[in-house]
Amino acid sequence: MSVKKVHDNQPKEFKFSDENLKKVEEILKRYPKKNKKSAVMPLLYLAQRQNNNWIPLAAMKHIANYLAMPYISVYEVATFYTMYNLSPVGKHFVQVCTTTPCLLRGADKIVKLCKENISPNENEISKKGNCSWMEVECLGACVSAPMIQINDDYYEDLDEKSTKEILTSLINDKPLKPGSYRGRKNTSPEKNLISNGEKHA
Amino acid sequence: MPKITINGKEIEFEKGMTVLQACELADVEIPRFCYHEKLSIAGNCRMCLVEMEKSPKPIASCAMPAAEGMNIKTNTTLVEKARKGVMEFLLANHPLDCPVCDQGGECDLQDQSLYYGVDKSRFVENKRYVKEKYMGPLIKTQMTRCIHCTRCVRFATEVAGVPEIGAIGRGENMEITTYLEKSMESELSANVIDLCPVGALTSKPYAFEARPWELKKTESVDVMDAVGSNIRVDTYNWEVKRILPRLNNEINEEWISDKTRYSCDGLLKQRLDVPYIKKNNKLQKSTWDEAINLLVDKIHSVQPNEIAGHIGDMINMENALSFKKFFETLKSENLEFREKNFYINSDEKMNYIFNSSIAGIEDADLILLVGTNPRHEASILNARIRKTFVQKKVPIFSIGNPGELNYKYEIIGDSTEDIKKIVNKENDFSQKLLSAKKPIIIIGESALELKSGRYIFEEFKKFLIKNNLINENWNGINILIQNASTVGLLDLKILQDKKEQSSSFFDNLKNRKFKLLYLLGSDNLEFQKNDEFIVYQGSHGDRGAEIADLILPSATYTEQNGLYENLEGRIQECKKASYPIGEALEDWKIFNQIIKKIGFKDYKVNFDELRKEVLETAPNFSGLNELPKKSVIKTNNIETSFFSEKIFVRELDYYYTNSISRSSKTMSECRQIRQKIKKDGTNN
Repeated sequence: MSVKKVHDNQPKEFKFSDENLKKVEEILKRYPKKNKKSAVMPLLYLAQRQNNNWIPLAAMKHIANYLAMPYISVYEVATFYTMYNLSPVGKHFVQVCTTTPCLLRGADKIVKLCKENISPNENEISKKGNCSWMEVECLGACVSAPMIQINDDYYEDLDEKSTKEILTSLINDKPLKPGSYRGRKNTSPEKNLISNGEKHA
Repeated sequence: MPKITINGKEIEFEKGMTVLQACELADVEIPRFCYHEKLSIAGNCRMCLVEMEKSPKPIASCAMPAAEGMNIKTNTTLVEKARKGVMEFLLANHPLDCPVCDQGGECDLQDQSLYYGVDKSRFVENKRYVKEKYMGPLIKTQMTRCIHCTRCVRFATEVAGVPEIGAIGRGENMEITTYLEKSMESELSANVIDLCPVGALTSKPYAFEARPWELKKTESVDVMDAVGSNIRVDTYNWEVKRILPRLNNEINEEWISDKTRYSCDGLLKQRLDVPYIKKNNKLQKSTWDEAINLLVDKIHSVQPNEIAGHIGDMINMENALSFKKFFETLKSENLEFREKNFYINSDEKMNYIFNSSIAGIEDADLILLVGTNPRHEASILNARIRKTFVQKKVPIFSIGNPGELNYKYEIIGDSTEDIKKIVNKENDFSQKLLSAKKPIIIIGESALELKSGRYIFEEFKKFLIKNNLINENWNGINILIQNASTVGLLDLKILQDKKEQSSSFFDNLKNRKFKLLYLLGSDNLEFQKNDEFIVYQGSHGDRGAEIADLILPSATYTEQNGLYENLEGRIQECKKASYPIGEALEDWKIFNQIIKKIGFKDYKVNFDELRKEVLETAPNFSGLNELPKKSVIKTNNIETSFFSEKIFVRELDYYYTNSISRSSKTMSECRQIRQKIKKDGTNN
């Protein structure tokens, strides 16, 4: 991973939609008036949501002006956090967890499948133009490793077969359901569902 | 006072100090990179780790507040090991390119790795590489060398007031850059070069010019503006290689403006090395004998009152005094040094200096700017105003619109009517002014140039005296002078006591009364040349030399000793760092020769005599580098007449204010970029 680069092709203007402006007001209420720049992170996230999952420079400027911050400070925040995308991502944005537990359970195979099915490189939009993928650090679902996140949903307990199915479904624009792919309910044990108080098998 | 034990020695410290500062009191050196006295504390380099009793881990002394009864040790194996560890981490990604690095020889990292580091590296992995960043024509970047101390980021945000530098990315990928790699829009930008403890930010014009140990260092003062920043002039043979700031908390702290620092390449270009005489409308090389004979002939051919002299913006007091003596022998009184006819009352010293003093700005509780743009007229003073604004949230007001000043201010009016209302207590602001304990009023030359310049100054002064806001402890009336020579020349009484005719020089010039005009280093006087015979005595082939009929070459401020008085009335010595080029001479030597030729065979004044006389003449003089003694406060009723006028703040071509900066290539580049930004309207 290297420092995030801003996209070459930037839209000229960015403005929050009316609906999001209401949300912005709501967010600003959470912070003391003199510290309104504390709202920079939720606002950046909102901008990312509004703009097809990535933040253009115009949005950073807009937010900087809105919160009376220097441009560079917003830019610093946006480049610091990995979950802000500074260049366009696919409509189906696949984030593959490759931290230790997932890797031990075969995340490298998932990465390989992504390379084969979506695009040879990270952060590259697929040929059909609706998918992109990237490796990320722990997404906090180690109990159902290996896993991937597609947009807002977790796809867990994966193996090569299920991953391939999921990826194909994405490319065909008919995404499969999120959740465990070994039939688990949430994170409960696979067999012998035991009620509270009793010993596990 | 609370006490702290450092290496077994108990010392007293002031409340609010950090452990690092307390260690300095105890004469214990703590290595550091990110900590800097004039900047906020970051605590991110970890080089200042020390051992504290009862603490399981070493502590970062720069960020730890000192407390009563602390027991600090800095000479234990733990500390030594900690420093070695930090040093090893810092060097993990730092390239070993000292032989080609401009910081070599004055590099904090180099020095500290020698004293506190390990002798070899255990790091075998690849070192990271960071792309160079564009930061304008003054700052050369080599970001692979950066150790992320963030001094430059803090300087830009806190002192310069242009939050344009930042650290993007995280962890190993962190990079220091300006927003989208634009040049930094500040008059103090190059100070980040001094702040950078490694060779990441170095000086672009000075790149690969010299090594620090090859240079002769002369401690001097700056003459680019009237602040009198303390500088160090580094020379290699004749050439002035670079100019660096010298610490003086009373004036410039640790900063100097870009013009001070980078005009020095103008000292090498466009220089006048031999006398020139205009023959057949063309300037031709000549000799001193020929030139002086011609001048003496001209002097004899005109009446004394047809001779006029104008003294330029960078003339030291000794030379000005010898010029005055020269005009006394000619029996001419037509001496002037102002470039525009602005009102100045030279009766007493407090009428033409910055009475509150630059350091005194920090005590102020209200600041009013009248027709002045301190950012361009005196950048260092502006930094002090900003410091006061940031630290104490002092309210700042302005009459007239000065433009962007790097701090928030409120424009309360743009005409002399508003001033009338204030001094007659007819508006809300006068109440604010009266309720302030230490208000500062800064009047700029743009305001004094107006017809009501006299009204503005005298009425403000009367108002402040009447309301006891000028007293023994505080004097809030300040004139912001723009030229380095002005205050000194006022002290030497170059403007003679002809109060009512003080504009006569400009009128006579306009009405073509003068037959011979002697420009002593004067390039900024605007007038229409007619059939006057113009003598230009100066160092650069600039505006003055362009219109001259006779050119006498003289030395610049780095090539001679001399006294300058800054806008506070502080007399400081500018020292000779180099020597005049070609046949050029110091001004006073030239006058000695001319006066002798005129017929005063025995006339001879040497430099020491001139200096002695200068120091005797200067009113309220208390000592070199000291503020002048306070004036006795008198209420003399000077009549004023009111004119209703708009107050404009004259825009200053910051990078092009004098003959040296106009000859400088670096300054031209800065100016072009500034103009481009203005034209494109890319504001940040």
